[in-house]
Amino acid sequence: MMMKQHQLVTFQNVTFSYDGTPVLEDVSFTIPERTFISIVGPNAGGKTTLLKLMLGLLKPSGGTIEVFGQSPVKARPRIGYMPQHLQFDPQFPVSVLDVVLMGRLGNGVRIGPYRKTDRAISLEALRKLEMHDAKNRPFRALSGGQRQRVLIARALASEPELLLLDEPTASVDMAVETELFELLHNMSKTITVVVVSHDLGFVSQYVQSVVCVNRRVMVHPTTAVTGEVISALYGSDVCMVRHNHRE
Amino acid sequence: MGAFLSDLPRYPFLQYALITGVLASIACGIIGSYVVTKRISYIAGSIAHTVLGGLGAARYFQTVYHWEWFHPLYGAIFAALISAVIIGLVSMRAKQREDTVIGSLWAVGMATGILFIYKTPGYNEDLMSYLFGSILMVSPQDLWMIAGLDILVVITVVLFYNQFLALCFDEEYARLRGVHVEFYYLALLCLTALTVVLLVTVVGIVMVIALITLPAAVAGELTKRLQHMMALSTVLTVLFTTAGLAVSYGPDLPAGATTIIIAGTTYLLVVSGLRVFRLLR
Repeated sequence: MMMKQHQLVTFQNVTFSYDGTPVLEDVSFTIPERTFISIVGPNAGGKTTLLKLMLGLLKPSGGTIEVFGQSPVKARPRIGYMPQHLQFDPQFPVSVLDVVLMGRLGNGVRIGPYRKTDRAISLEALRKLEMHDAKNRPFRALSGGQRQRVLIARALASEPELLLLDEPTASVDMAVETELFELLHNMSKTITVVVVSHDLGFVSQYVQSVVCVNRRVMVHPTTAVTGEVISALYGSDVCMVRHNHRE
Repeated sequence: MGAFLSDLPRYPFLQYALITGVLASIACGIIGSYVVTKRISYIAGSIAHTVLGGLGAARYFQTVYHWEWFHPLYGAIFAALISAVIIGLVSMRAKQREDTVIGSLWAVGMATGILFIYKTPGYNEDLMSYLFGSILMVSPQDLWMIAGLDILVVITVVLFYNQFLALCFDEEYARLRGVHVEFYYLALLCLTALTVVLLVTVVGIVMVIALITLPAAVAGELTKRLQHMMALSTVLTVLFTTAGLAVSYGPDLPAGATTIIIAGTTYLLVVSGLRVFRLLR
């Protein structure tokens, strides 16, 4: 008998609009646990909005969202998140390790300095992303790609069961991108990984299903598809999605 | 300079002034680093100006209704905390109108103070000294109060350093990690308010905004972590206030204004010096 796979994230008839402009319409889908999922779609199609709804940073104008069977706000401690843009003061004096340690907030740390275990977990997260040697460097001196890796490490430091990454490969080169997706692929054996990406063909080697967002949402499994068929198939798939949304 | 050093052992008021500068520098260096990195120096400026309203009201009630216990400094603390809470709530609830409220409070606070001072019978010129600083008029009682506020600021920041750091660096992420962002933001503004009251004694209402930002800005250029920025900023503030006192004493210049000129010149030299240094490298 197959083990029942629980659904970690459930969207039911979710609608969302910014100041009256609809961003998402009647969105229903689920994300099962221990999968690697990519959210794709055109710019301003609602990818980041989808993540922010999962985190409870935005409230849906209609429908219901459940994460771990709870409201998104209550599920936050179990979610690791890497934002696409950081609204950070470019001169902010903070070291790489300081940033990663912020992932440990909310894990029982309330008063006073971080504990030894917090530092150990944060350093391990940095090691995974090959940023361990940079732990004492100022965050402001890093390149865009290095910053993104530090922010992924920060998300990992909170030991999440659900990892949400918004465009983690936006400013890294191909080699780093491949490594990163292999790492995420390995992690998806124990936790659920959701990656927002604009890069269709490449991601599909690793992910199990693709959530296409353009005001409406469609989920495509990729398990049956292999090899070079992917790129061709995805090209046509994307066209189909766009066509459907034009209405 | 020589006059200051030879008079220092003889006159208690000079010693009090020196200790006030050192004590105020601790809170100023720590909170100033938050103010600069969180970019809320205009909020600090607004809180500083509402302090005049508190000072004026306290003196009015002291004189007219004989509330002897209502020392002007209590009025200052009260007004600063109230305005910090108002600005905090407005900026959290209605982000787009934040600057309007900050500006209005700035002016209304001053206006309130001026009206109270005008209607208070007797001699009240000394209240006006709060505008430009009165470090040479600090009493031993004031010193105790400054020390108390200092301890409060230091203990709070030591206990909640990580939360404040996360709040200033990345508010959204702090919220996601379960940090009560609203609470810590209000707490930070209240600590800023208390620090502003300390600094009003040293450099006066009008120049608080400079002393809270300039040392922190210099320190921020030279350090890589927030805690180091705080330490260096504190040391710099001690140097600036002490130098301001020492330099102004002999030629009988206003100490507050002298302190600010020294701080501003240092900032200019450090920032331009670093730019030149980086260009040449």
